[in-house]
Amino acid sequence: MNRPIFGQSQRMVTEASQSYSFSRRAVALGAAQGVFGLALAGRMGWLSIVENAQYTLKSESNRVNTTPVPPRRGWIVDRHGTPIANNRTDFRVDIIPDRLENKGRVLGLLREILQLPPEQMDRIVTDLENAAGFQPVQVAQNLDWERFAAVSVRLPELPGVAPTRGFSRSYPTGAAVAHLTGYVGAASAEQFKQTRDPLMVTPGFKLGKDGLEKTLEHTLRGVAGQKRVEVTARGKIVAELATKPDEPGANARLTIDIGLQDYAARRLGTQSGSVVVLDCRTGEMLAMVSMPAYDPNSFSDGISHLEWKMLSDNDHVPLMNKVLQGLYPPGSTVKPMNGLALLHAGVSADERVFCSGALRVGTGIFHCHQKRGHGSLDLKNAIMQSCDIYFYEMVRRLGYDNVAPVARALGLGQKFDLPFSSQRFGTVPDSAWKQRKYQTSWTVADSLNASIGQGYVLTNPLQLGVMAARLASGRGLQPRILADHVHPAPALAVQPDHLALIHEAMWGVVNGGGTGGAARMLTPGIALAGKTGTAQVRRITMSERAGGVLKNGALPFKLRDHALFQGFAPHDNPRYAIAVVLEHGGHTVRNLDTPAIARDIMTYLFDKDRALASLAEAEPTWGGDIKTRMAAESAAYRVAAGAPPLAIGAQTELGATAPTDAPAVRAATAADVAASEALANSAAPGNTVAEDGSTETDPQ
Amino acid sequence: MSTRPANGLAFVPAPLAQLPWKILLLVLAIGCFDLLVLYSAAGGNIRPWALSQGIRFFVLLAGAIALSRIREETWGQIALPAYGILCVMLVLVELVGAVRGGGQRWLDVGFIRLQPSELMKPCIVLACAKFYDLLPPNETRRFGAIWPAALLILLPAALVMKQPDLGTALMITIGGVTVMFLAGVPLRLFIGGALALGAAIPLAINFVLHGYQKNRILVFLDPESDPLGIGYHISQSKIAIGSGGIFGKGFLNGTQSHLDYLPEGHTDFALATMMEEWGLIGGVLLILAFFVIVQWGLAAALQAQSRFARLTAAGLAATIFYYVSINMAMVMGMAPVVGVPLPLISNGGSSQMTFMLCLGILMSIDRSNRQTTRW
Repeated sequence: MNRPIFGQSQRMVTEASQSYSFSRRAVALGAAQGVFGLALAGRMGWLSIVENAQYTLKSESNRVNTTPVPPRRGWIVDRHGTPIANNRTDFRVDIIPDRLENKGRVLGLLREILQLPPEQMDRIVTDLENAAGFQPVQVAQNLDWERFAAVSVRLPELPGVAPTRGFSRSYPTGAAVAHLTGYVGAASAEQFKQTRDPLMVTPGFKLGKDGLEKTLEHTLRGVAGQKRVEVTARGKIVAELATKPDEPGANARLTIDIGLQDYAARRLGTQSGSVVVLDCRTGEMLAMVSMPAYDPNSFSDGISHLEWKMLSDNDHVPLMNKVLQGLYPPGSTVKPMNGLALLHAGVSADERVFCSGALRVGTGIFHCHQKRGHGSLDLKNAIMQSCDIYFYEMVRRLGYDNVAPVARALGLGQKFDLPFSSQRFGTVPDSAWKQRKYQTSWTVADSLNASIGQGYVLTNPLQLGVMAARLASGRGLQPRILADHVHPAPALAVQPDHLALIHEAMWGVVNGGGTGGAARMLTPGIALAGKTGTAQVRRITMSERAGGVLKNGALPFKLRDHALFQGFAPHDNPRYAIAVVLEHGGHTVRNLDTPAIARDIMTYLFDKDRALASLAEAEPTWGGDIKTRMAAESAAYRVAAGAPPLAIGAQTELGATAPTDAPAVRAATAADVAASEALANSAAPGNTVAEDGSTETDPQ
Repeated sequence: MSTRPANGLAFVPAPLAQLPWKILLLVLAIGCFDLLVLYSAAGGNIRPWALSQGIRFFVLLAGAIALSRIREETWGQIALPAYGILCVMLVLVELVGAVRGGGQRWLDVGFIRLQPSELMKPCIVLACAKFYDLLPPNETRRFGAIWPAALLILLPAALVMKQPDLGTALMITIGGVTVMFLAGVPLRLFIGGALALGAAIPLAINFVLHGYQKNRILVFLDPESDPLGIGYHISQSKIAIGSGGIFGKGFLNGTQSHLDYLPEGHTDFALATMMEEWGLIGGVLLILAFFVIVQWGLAAALQAQSRFARLTAAGLAATIFYYVSINMAMVMGMAPVVGVPLPLISNGGSSQMTFMLCLGILMSIDRSNRQTTRW
C-alpha cells in the first residue's frame, strides 16, 4: 500500500530535507500572497482612480432621482399679440405606481372623491398594469379647485397619489382656430421609443399633434426643468435638492388677425366652408378658417371614441382643414383669370361673342347657365354676367395650353411655403399633363370644361385667395402666416391696362349688375370687386335637363353644388383679398351664400361695428354661436347613439392620427377629386359636364 | 530577535512582555477602525452594529491573549479530538437542519449559537498539521501521505457544502490543501490538481452547485447580465468603491451605504462601505495591515522548531490571508459572490472568532519560539 507512487520517490526524505522544503514552500507562499495583495491594491486603484469618474456618475444617478418638469409651452399670438393659444393652470392628479399601496382601496377612494366614471376607472387600471414603476399614471386632469383640494387633504390615506399643479393648453377662440393651430396631446408610444426622452412620458407634457402646434413644435416646446430629490434604494425621498426651473418655449407670432378669424368662423354659420383673407400688399394671411371644426381645447385634453366617431361621421367634415386640404373645381371664379389670359394672348377686350344659351362643338352641345342666352358680349360683360359661351368660344379658339400658364402664375395648382404638414395643391391641367396622367390626348371638350373652372381643374381655397390677391396687386404675392417670415413679391408679367380692365369687370360683378350683387358692401366709399362661382359635383342627364334641372335644395347634401367666391377690396386701391368656398353650399340660403359671407367679412375689416351688428342679428337664426351649436350637436349625437351624457374629464382614446390625416378626411378629399374626375372623364361630346356648365343660378 | 526584556522595561511582568505587542496594536487599530466604519454604516449610530461588534472584539481579543498562554504542544494534542468533535457537530447540524427544513449552519447549545463550520476553518489546519507531524518523513512522498489528508479535508468540506455554504467549504478545502503543500507533498500533484480543478469547474457548476450558487458564478463571469439581481451586489459595491476615489467621500458621507444602495454593507460588503468613505488610502492601509499580520504568522512558522508548529503557523497565516483576499476579491468584482466575510471589518461574531482563534494559536507558537530561541 505504502509504496512510492511517484517515479523518483526512491529518494530518502529526511527531517532536514523536509524542513528545507518547508522553508522554500513557505517563502514561495508568502511571495504569492504578496503578489496577490498587490493585485488587490491594484484593483482598488483601478476602481477608485481610473474608473472614478464613471462610478461617481453612477453613484450620483443612484442617489439623485430626477423627474422632468414639463416646460410651459410658448404662446401662439396673432398679429396684434392677442393669444390664439396660451396656457392655463391645470390641477391634476397622478399615481406613482411604485408607491401605490392597497391599489383597490386607493382607487375606490379616488373614484369617490373625483367622481370618476367607470370608463375612466377602466383606463386607469389598464394604465397601471402597463406602467413602468416610477413613471406617473394620470388619474384626472383639468380638475376644479374643490376636487383637487379634496384629494390633497386626504393624501395620508392615499399612498402613491400625487396631486400636481401644471399647465394645459388653452385656445380662447375654440373651434375657430382648430385647423390653424391644430392641437396638442400626450406623446405616443412611438415618439417615446424614438427619443427615449423621459419628458415624453411625464404626465402633463403635451406636444403638437397637428397644424401649427405640430410644425412649430421646435419653437414652442421650451426646455424641461428638473425636480431633483435624494432617494434611498427603496424609493424613499430623503431630501429635496435644488430644482432646475423649466425654460418656457418661445412665442410664435402669426399674421392672423384673431378678431377677423373668429368673425369669419362665426359668419360661416352652419355651412361647411372655408375662408381665406390675405393682405394684398404683403401676402400676409389675416384669416384662415375652416368650419365646422373640432374644439382644440377638448382635443388637447383627449376625446372619447364617441366624439371622434361623431366628428368622423359628420358630412361637413369637421376634421379636415379645407383651406389647404379641400380640393374643389373653382368654377366661374377663374373667369377673371381667363380674361387676363385672353388679353395676354392678344385677344381684344372689345371682341364680341354671341351667346344663344348653347354652343355646338363637334357632336356635343355645351350649355350656358343662362338658358335664354346672354346675346352679344365683350370680355368685361362676359365676366360680369359669367357667360359660359364666351369663354367656351374664346378658349376653343386659343386652346387651354395658353391659359394654364397664367393660371399657374396666379397661384392655381401651386404649393406654398407654409408651416402646415399637409397641403393638397390640385391641378391646372394642360395637354402635357393629360398625356402624362391618362396617356390620352387633350380634346376640345377638355379645353371647354377647363375654361369654366370645371373638368380637371382643381384648386384649394388658399389658391383662390392667392389668385384674388395677385389679380388685385399685380404682384406674385406669396401667402405667409408667420409674422417674421418675408417672401419677395415680384411684379407679374401682365400689362397694367389689362389688369385694370379685369378689376373693372370684377367691380361690375358686384356693383354693376353682375352675378355677385349680393356681395355689394354697405360701407360708404368701399367697394368690393369679386367673382362668384359654382362647381358642379354631379352629371345632369339629358332626361333631367328635359324635365327641368333639379334645384339644389331638392338634392341630398352631398350632391349639391359647391359655392365659391373670390375678390378684393377696396376695388380702386386693393388692400385685402378674400376667398370663400362653401362645400355643397348650393346657393340655397341667401345670407349663408358666398357673396354675402364675403361682403360681411370684408365689412369687418373696414367697419367692424356694422359687421358685428349684422352677425348678432343673424347668428340666433342659425342656432346660436359656434359653441352652442357644437354642444347641441354633440348632445343630439349622444342621444342618438344611446350614450350617457358627456363624462367629466374623459380621456383621449385617439390613436396617433391627426385630424387632418384622419381616414374621414382622406375619404372626403378623395370623394371630391373622384367626383371631379368622373365628370371630366365622362365628357364625351354631347354629353358633358358642361351641358349645364358652371351655372350662376342667382340665389332665389 | 530575542525579546528578553530590556533593562528599562524590567518592571513589566514576563507574560506581558512576551506578547507580540506590535501585532496586537495593529489588530487593535483595525478593530477600532472597524467600529468607526460600522458606526457610519448605521447612519452615525453605535447601534445596532458598532456597540455589539466592539464588545465582542474586546472579549475575543482577551480570549486570543488567553489562548496565547496555552503551550504549543497542547494544540498538537487536541488537534485530532477537536476535529472529531467538530465533524460530529457538523453531522448534527445537518440532522437538525433536516428536521427543521431548510439549510441550517448553527447548533443551539443553550447559551450560544455554535457554528461548527466556522471553527472547522482553523481546526482543519491543526488536524492536517498533526497528521503530517505523525507521518514519518520518508513517507511524505508516498500515497499514504495523501489519501488520509484528503479524507480529513473532504469529509468536513462535503458536510459544509451540504448546508449549503460554498464559501466556508472552499475555505476549509484550501486551508487543508495549503498544509498539504507545505508538508512537502509532491508539487506535480498540485499542478495536476489545479488542472483537474479547471476541468472540473464546469462540471461542478452544472451538477454540484445549487441554483443560486451557480447563478452567482455565472453573474460573476458577466455581471451586466443581471444588473438588478445578483449582479446588483457586485455593481453597487464597485460603484461604492469607485466613487470613493483616492481620499473617499469622508466619514459619514457615504451615499451608497447610507441610502441602502449597497446590499450587505455592514457584513460581507463592509469593505465597500469603508472604501466609499475612506477611499483608496483606507483600502491600501487595510491591505498593508493584514499583510503585516500574515507575514508575521509566516515568520513565526519559519522560526518554529516542531514540524507541527511550522505547519500550523503557516497554515493559519494562510487561512487569514484567504479570508481577507477572497472577500476583497469578491467585493471588487474579481471573484464570485461566495459569502466570505472580511475578518475584523465585517459585522458578525463568527469571522471575528475564527480570526481571534488563529491569532491566539499563532501567538502561542510565537511565544514558544521565543522561549526556545532564548537559549
